Amino acid sequence: MNSSFRLRAGLVSIALLAAFLGIWHLATRSAGPVATMSPEYAKLMGLTATQGKSAMPGPLDVGAKLWEHLRKPFYDNGPNDKGLGIQLAYSIARVGTGYLLAVLVAIPLGFLIGMSPLLSKALDPFIQVLKPISPLAWMPLALYTIKDSSISAIFVIFICSIWPMLLNTVFGVASVRKEWINVARTLEVGTFRRAFTVILPAAAPTILTGMRISIGIAWLVIVAAEMLVGGTGIGYFVWNEWNNLSITNVIIAILLIGIVGMLLDQILARFTRMVRFPE
Amino acid sequence: MSIFDDPLDADRDLQRGCSCGLHQSAAEHDQAAALRCEPVESEEKRYEGVVASAVMRAMFPQDMARRAFLKSVGASTALAALSQFFPLKTATDLFADTGAPEKKDLKVGFIPITCATPIIMAAPLGFYAKHGLNVDVVKTAGWAVIRDKTINKEYDAAHMLAPMPIAISLGLGANAIPFTVPAIENINGQGIVLATKHKDKRDPKDWKGLKFAIPFDYSMHNYLLRYYLAEAGLDPDTDVQLRSVPPPEMVANLRADNIDGFLAPDNICQRAIYDGVGFMHLLSKEIWDGHPCCSFAASREFITTAPNSFAALTRSIVDATAYASKAENRKQIAEAIAPANYINAPVTVLEQVLTGTYADGLGGVKTDAKRVDFDPFPWQSFAVWMLTQMKRWGQIKGDVDYKAVAEQVYLATDTKKLMTEMGLSPPASAYKSFAVMGKTFDPAKPEDYVASFKIRKAS
Repeated sequence: MNSSFRLRAGLVSIALLAAFLGIWHLATRSAGPVATMSPEYAKLMGLTATQGKSAMPGPLDVGAKLWEHLRKPFYDNGPNDKGLGIQLAYSIARVGTGYLLAVLVAIPLGFLIGMSPLLSKALDPFIQVLKPISPLAWMPLALYTIKDSSISAIFVIFICSIWPMLLNTVFGVASVRKEWINVARTLEVGTFRRAFTVILPAAAPTILTGMRISIGIAWLVIVAAEMLVGGTGIGYFVWNEWNNLSITNVIIAILLIGIVGMLLDQILARFTRMVRFPE
Repeated sequence: MSIFDDPLDADRDLQRGCSCGLHQSAAEHDQAAALRCEPVESEEKRYEGVVASAVMRAMFPQDMARRAFLKSVGASTALAALSQFFPLKTATDLFADTGAPEKKDLKVGFIPITCATPIIMAAPLGFYAKHGLNVDVVKTAGWAVIRDKTINKEYDAAHMLAPMPIAISLGLGANAIPFTVPAIENINGQGIVLATKHKDKRDPKDWKGLKFAIPFDYSMHNYLLRYYLAEAGLDPDTDVQLRSVPPPEMVANLRADNIDGFLAPDNICQRAIYDGVGFMHLLSKEIWDGHPCCSFAASREFITTAPNSFAALTRSIVDATAYASKAENRKQIAEAIAPANYINAPVTVLEQVLTGTYADGLGGVKTDAKRVDFDPFPWQSFAVWMLTQMKRWGQIKGDVDYKAVAEQVYLATDTKKLMTEMGLSPPASAYKSFAVMGKTFDPAKPEDYVASFKIRKAS
């Protein structure tokens, strides 16, 4: 039953994909030669103008281009042209650095705030104001003060991914069941020991949920940040191809960004399952 | 046209007239010839010529005596005789070998448009290497970012719009930091493109209410479009909408019917035509033939900390610009700068821009060899004109010392020296008058010029 259910779900997924690709293909077909043009003039024009080709590439164009990229993902033609594998590696490294810094700050800080209702109340307005600020709004400020574009990109990841982690940690720590803490207290467990053996395990699932939301945000942010500062990374790749008006490459980049984002999320999801406990 | 005064030419007119014989004086000749960067056959020849003339002049300081000597023995014999007791070859090598650059590995930022041609092509075609530098040209996402990265010293020098270094030096839209322009990247090379649906609206008087895009506030694009609209009687601040839009988005917005046209740098204009979304209303050259577009810029701090690197960099750019000014090299250049590492555009588009034989978007093929041209000399009168337009449109207020700003930012004197050393012949004066849409601009009277416009921002 279970395996046949999975099979049926898989088949529906494939059917949906096929239908999507089919419609996409039909919608972007060439309409055949347009109007009359002197051959000399036609030679100077692009396919959109001469063949009535849709400005949107079809699935076959995207597939062919994707295959081309996958065949040599790590080529390096100088500072402005690198393979998709290298670009993704740059982005992942930036996200990793910014995110780890955020973890190092958010979790201890969240712990402190969560254990002190006073601090929690006092800091709340600041967190609420800083939380919704878009990465692009931070960028000019970072570039101006840090004076280094790659550190600025990391800073923006840091500042945007810290809030969900912080809030979730505060929430997780603050909502550990009072009975458990009281039991620990009656057993005369010290503050530190109480924090590590009672509160941390109890709050861990909430903390990891926060971390999972944050990695998603960090990955969202990196594309915008790299589009702005340029240089390397998948965001820069999107900008560079946008500059070339190559929608095919932009679609490929979007696809890859989605896949990498899903993988990052799955990794954190696995960690979350590891710390879950039955009540 | 002879590139420099040849002292080995016995028939040269000593009294008056210029090297080409068409003008009354050498100064007038200089005034007339706008483009002075045609290189001699080869680098060695060029330096050889410079050194030989210096030696010849030193040995025969009097023109008449030198002439008599040359007449009697002939130029080649004279040269041979000269090299007997003066090591011309060694001197030439010594001369070419100017001070070693303090910093060899440099980073130069650029925006991927054909205006950056000399900066970009100098990398694949080896002009930086020739002058002893190892330069990384780095593609940058926009004008504001290139400004910030150059101010941050991530870039040693950068491609900027011609008015940008003036704006930065004056603290407009940035902290005031002294910036300089040792060379103009390109002249002409922009155009007004309109959406195909406006193909019957060729008179700018009918453009009331249209939406136009320009790439940056402190740009020739902004000033030229405003000038053009104002000449047609439209107030660019109230009668039309001007938006600052990054060039690739201009094409997409034109396709989406979100804007009606734009004044943009090439290859974007041609790209809109290539993709069938617009047509070329006019080339910016028809507004002002020979106007500067983009510049090569460096901070004054870079010049003081690494003067030799700066000189070598400027030499590479001037050299590349001279190469790019020749029509026969343009196809090769288009191919060199088209790959993803540089401009990242179809070769046919770049070829149409650089060779000047292009599809106009209305079904015709047009030819204008000067559609984009290259002349590195940073005329200070260009800077004065830009300042008058900044004043005219309210970007700067109050009194402006036009001449002082122009001379601080546009390094005509230093560039002249470098060009002379390279065997090119720069103009004698850094000021020239020119006409914009038939109206003559006198760089000596900028205030009168600003006051002469009917349409301008009230100040």
